[in-house]
Amino acid sequence: MNTSLIVLEIAVVLLGLGVLLADLWLPAERRRALGLAAAFGVMMVLCYSFRLDASVPQFAFGQSYVFDALALFFKRFFLFAAVLVLVMSVEFSDSFHGGASEFYALVLFALAGMMFAASAGGFVLLFVSLELITVTFYVLVSFQRHRAQSLEAGVKYLILGALSSGFLVYGIALVFGAGGTMDFAQLQQKLAANHELAHKPILLAGLLLVLVGLGFKIAAFPFQIWAPDVYQGAPAPTTAFLAVGSKAAGIVLLLRLLQGAVPDVAQHWEKLLMVMSGVTILYGSLCAIPQRGLKRLLGYSSIASAGYLLLGFAAMSRAGSVAILYYLGGYLFTVLAAFAVLCVVLRQADSDDISALAGLGQRSPLLAAALTMAMVSLAGIPPLAGFFGKFLLLKAVVEAGADNPAFYWLLAVALVGVVISLYYCFGVIRAIYWSKNTADTSAIEISMPLRASLYACIAGMLYLGLFPRAAVDAAALAVNVLKL
Amino acid sequence: MSLLTAIILVPLLTALGLVFVPRNLRFGVRLIALASSALTLLLALVLFAGYDSAAAVDGFKFVQQIPWVESLGISYHVGVDGINLGLVVMGAIVAFAAACCSWEINRYEKEFYILLMVMTGGILGAFASLDLFFFYFFHELALVPTFIMIGVWGRGERKNYATFQITLYLSVGALLALAGLIALYLQSGANTFNIVQLTAHLKDQPLPAKAQQFIFPLLLFGFGILVSLWPFHTWAPLGYGSAPTATAMLHAGVLKKFGLYGLLRVALPLMPEAAQQWVAIIAALALGNILYCGLVAIRQRDLNLLIGNSSVAHMGFCFLGLASLSLIGVSGAVLVMVAHGLLAALTFGLSGYLHAHAGTLQMDQFGGLLRRMPFIGAAMVMAMLAGCGLPGFANFAGEVMVLFGAWKSFSWVVVFAAWGALVIGAVYMLRAVRNLLHGPLPEKWAALPDANLWRKLPFALLLGALLVLGFWPRLLTEKISASASGIVEMSNAGPERLLLKKPLRPLPVRSTAKTASQPKAAE
Repeated sequence: MNTSLIVLEIAVVLLGLGVLLADLWLPAERRRALGLAAAFGVMMVLCYSFRLDASVPQFAFGQSYVFDALALFFKRFFLFAAVLVLVMSVEFSDSFHGGASEFYALVLFALAGMMFAASAGGFVLLFVSLELITVTFYVLVSFQRHRAQSLEAGVKYLILGALSSGFLVYGIALVFGAGGTMDFAQLQQKLAANHELAHKPILLAGLLLVLVGLGFKIAAFPFQIWAPDVYQGAPAPTTAFLAVGSKAAGIVLLLRLLQGAVPDVAQHWEKLLMVMSGVTILYGSLCAIPQRGLKRLLGYSSIASAGYLLLGFAAMSRAGSVAILYYLGGYLFTVLAAFAVLCVVLRQADSDDISALAGLGQRSPLLAAALTMAMVSLAGIPPLAGFFGKFLLLKAVVEAGADNPAFYWLLAVALVGVVISLYYCFGVIRAIYWSKNTADTSAIEISMPLRASLYACIAGMLYLGLFPRAAVDAAALAVNVLKL
Repeated sequence: MSLLTAIILVPLLTALGLVFVPRNLRFGVRLIALASSALTLLLALVLFAGYDSAAAVDGFKFVQQIPWVESLGISYHVGVDGINLGLVVMGAIVAFAAACCSWEINRYEKEFYILLMVMTGGILGAFASLDLFFFYFFHELALVPTFIMIGVWGRGERKNYATFQITLYLSVGALLALAGLIALYLQSGANTFNIVQLTAHLKDQPLPAKAQQFIFPLLLFGFGILVSLWPFHTWAPLGYGSAPTATAMLHAGVLKKFGLYGLLRVALPLMPEAAQQWVAIIAALALGNILYCGLVAIRQRDLNLLIGNSSVAHMGFCFLGLASLSLIGVSGAVLVMVAHGLLAALTFGLSGYLHAHAGTLQMDQFGGLLRRMPFIGAAMVMAMLAGCGLPGFANFAGEVMVLFGAWKSFSWVVVFAAWGALVIGAVYMLRAVRNLLHGPLPEKWAALPDANLWRKLPFALLLGALLVLGFWPRLLTEKISASASGIVEMSNAGPERLLLKKPLRPLPVRSTAKTASQPKAAE
C-alpha cells in the first residue's frame, strides 16, 4: 500500500489534533492565534499539494482510494476553502462564547473528510468520508449553543442528514447485492461487460437511493428543504464551509459515481437529471426573491447553484464536466467572498437582515466592493467568474440539445433562472449603496488576514473571469479520468 | 496595440481608475470622465480618418487578435470594416455628448461616472468585436450598468416599474441571443467564435436547413427584443422616459443598435436560407414599428415618451432595410443606424436639458420657449425636422436608401412606410415643436435659461455630425457598401446554390454595387 498518497490528509488530521492539543496549554487570550496558525498550516499543505504529480492515477487501500488529477483538483479546492473559512472563524470566534479551538479542529476534520471524498474510489470511502463531513457539521452548525436558532439548525440538519445517510447506506447495500463489488472501477467494468446488469431493478433502485443521499449533500430538489434553515441558523463560517466545501464534496462524489462508475446507467437518467436540475434552479431562484435575511438568501441561491451544476450532469459530456469544475471554481471565490463580508457585518450588526448592509459603501469600501463583486459574479455578469461558468454550462446544455431537443427546454429554464438571479443579486447591491436610512456610519475595522482573504477572493473572481484559459485547461485535465 | 483596443480600453481603465478617486472630489471625477471620453472620441476620429477600405485585410482594418481560450476557439479579436466603423465613431461621439450632458447628476456622482465609463467601453467593444463571445461579453458589460443607472438615478413615479420592465425584457432578449449564438457555434462545427472564420467556414459548408430554422428565430427575436422590434418594444418608451439623460442617450443612441448589428453581421449572412424565409415577417414587423409606434407617438403628452416612441418607430426603417437583403437597403439601414444614433442622443439630450431646468416634460404646460432659449429651441426644431426625414440630415439619406432598396421585394410595405415616416412622423414632430416652442410663453417659464457655451457643445457636435452626414452621406455609404456587398451576397445565396455549388447568378444588387464603387475607382 502506498501511504505517501494520503500525505495531504495525514497532514490535515495531524494539524487538527495539534490544534486540540495546543488548546490544552495555551492561555485563553492567545487561542485566537491558534486559528490563524491552523489557517497557515492548511496554506502550507495547499502549497505542498502543488508539488504533487497526479498525471497517472494511483491507488491505495486496494482500489478504494484513488489519487488522480480530479482528486488533486478538488483537494486544492477544499484546502483553499478551508484557509478562508479558518480566517473567517477567527474573525467570528468572539460569538462562539468559548470553545473556538474545537471549532478550528472540527473544520480541519471536516476538511479531511472532504479530501477523502475527492479520492473516493469506491462506496466504502464514499460513505466514510461523507459521514466524517456530516457528523462534524452537526457540531459545527449548532456551535453557538446560546442561540436557539443555531441549535434548531443543528437539529434539523441532524435529522435530515441522518435520514439521508440511511438512504445512502441502504442504496449502497442494494448496489453491492446486485453488483457484488464496492469499487467504482470494478463496477464499471462489470456493467460494461454485462449489459443485463445495467437494467437490473435492484441495482437501479440502489443507485437511485445513493443519488438521494448525494442530492441531500448538494441541496438539489427535492432534498433541498434543509438548506435555507440551516444556512440561516448556523454560524457564518460554518455556513460558508457548508455552501462551498460540503456541496463540492457532494459534486465530486456525484462525478465519480455517475460519470466514473456507472456512466451507462447515468446516460439513461438524462431525463431525471434534467428535471432535477430545472426544478432546483427554479425553486432556488424563485424562493430567493422575497428573502430579507442575507444568509437565507445565499441559501436559496446555493440551491439554484446546485441546479446549475446539475445542468452539467444532465448534459453527460466532457464539456459538461469541465463546466461543472469551472463553475465550482468561480463559486468558491464568489461565495467565500460573500460570507467573509457577512462574518464582519453580522458581528457588527447582530442581525442578518438585508438592511444591515445599509451604508456599507461608506463604512468600508473594501467590504462593499467584495460583496458587490460576489453578487455580480453570482448573477453571472461579465467580466467575473460566474459569467464564464454559466456560459460553459449553457454551452454544454445546447450541445446536448443536438441529440435530445428536451435540453432546449432545460436551457429555457436555466435562462429564466439567470434573469431572476439578476433581480435578487441587485437587491443586495442596492442595499449596500443606496439605502435610505443609514443608522451607523462608523468605519468598520477589518483584520489583516481577513483583508488578505478578501483580496484573494476578488483576485480569484477577476482572474477566472478575465483569463479563464488556465482554469479551463486544468478542469479538462481533471475530467480526463472520468469515463465519458 | 491596435487603435481599436485603445478606444475600448480608455473608458474601461478610466472606470477602474475612478474607483480610487476620493468621493468628495466631485468636480474631479466629472473632469476625468469628460477628459477620458474626449480622448476616446479623438481616437475614434483618428480611426475614421485612417480607415481606407482598399487596404483592408479580410475586409477588416485595425485588427488585433489575442487568443483567450484556445480550446473553445475564443479570442479577443477586434477590427473594423465599413459597417461597424460608422457605429464605433458614432458611439464615441454619443459617449462624449452623454458625458457632457451628465451635469444633472447630483448624487453618487462617482458611481454614476464609473458606470457611464463601463457602459461606454462595453458599447465600443461590442461594436468592434469580431468574436461572437466578446461581442456578447461587451454587450452585457454595457447592458447591466444601464439597468443600475435607471434604477438609481432614474426619474418619474414609474421609475421602479420601468427598471423592472427594461431589465426583464433586455435580459431575456440578450439571453435568447446568447442561446442562438452558442447554438450557431456548436452547429457550425468550426469550433471557433471568430466571426471572420465562421463566415468563411459557413460559406463553404452552410448550416443544415434544420439548424438554421431554429437558430435564426432565436437570434431574430433575441436581437429583436434588444432593438425594440414591434411587438416587443414596450420597454423602450417608458424605460427611456425614466432613464437619466446620459443613459437614455447612450442606450437609445448606440447600445440599442447592437441587435441590428448582430442581425446584419451574424444572422443574415450565416443563415441565408432561414433569412430568406423570415424576411417577409421582418418587413411586416418593421411596418408595425413604423406605423403603430408612430401612431402611439402622436398621442403622447410627455416629450420623453414621444421621443421614445419615435425612436422605436425609426427602428422600423433599419429592420426594413435589413429585410430587403439588397445592397442599397442594407447600406441604408446602416446609415439609419448611425444617423438615428446621433439623432436619438440629440433629442434625449435636449429633453434632458429641459427636464433639468423645468422639472417636467408635459408638453401642454410649455409654450413659446423659442423666445427664452433660442439655441435649445433651434436645436430642437432641427432635431424634430431630422426626425421626420428632412433632406439635409443624415436620416433622410438613410431612409431614402432603405425605401429604394426595399421597393423591389416589399413594395406595399414601402408605400406604408413612406407614408408613416412622412405623415405620421411629421404630425407628432411638428406638434411637439408647436406645443413646446411656439405660442404664448407661460409665466412660470419666464426664467428658463438658455444653454451656455459649455452646454451647447454636445448638441452642436451631434447636430454637426448629422448635417455632415446629411450633406455628404458618401463619407459613410461608400465604406458601408464596399463591406456590405459580401454580406448581401451571402444572405442572398439561394438553396440551389448551397446544394449544387453553382456559381452565383448575377443579382440585381450587384449592378448597384458596381455603380456605387465605380466613381471611387475612377478617382
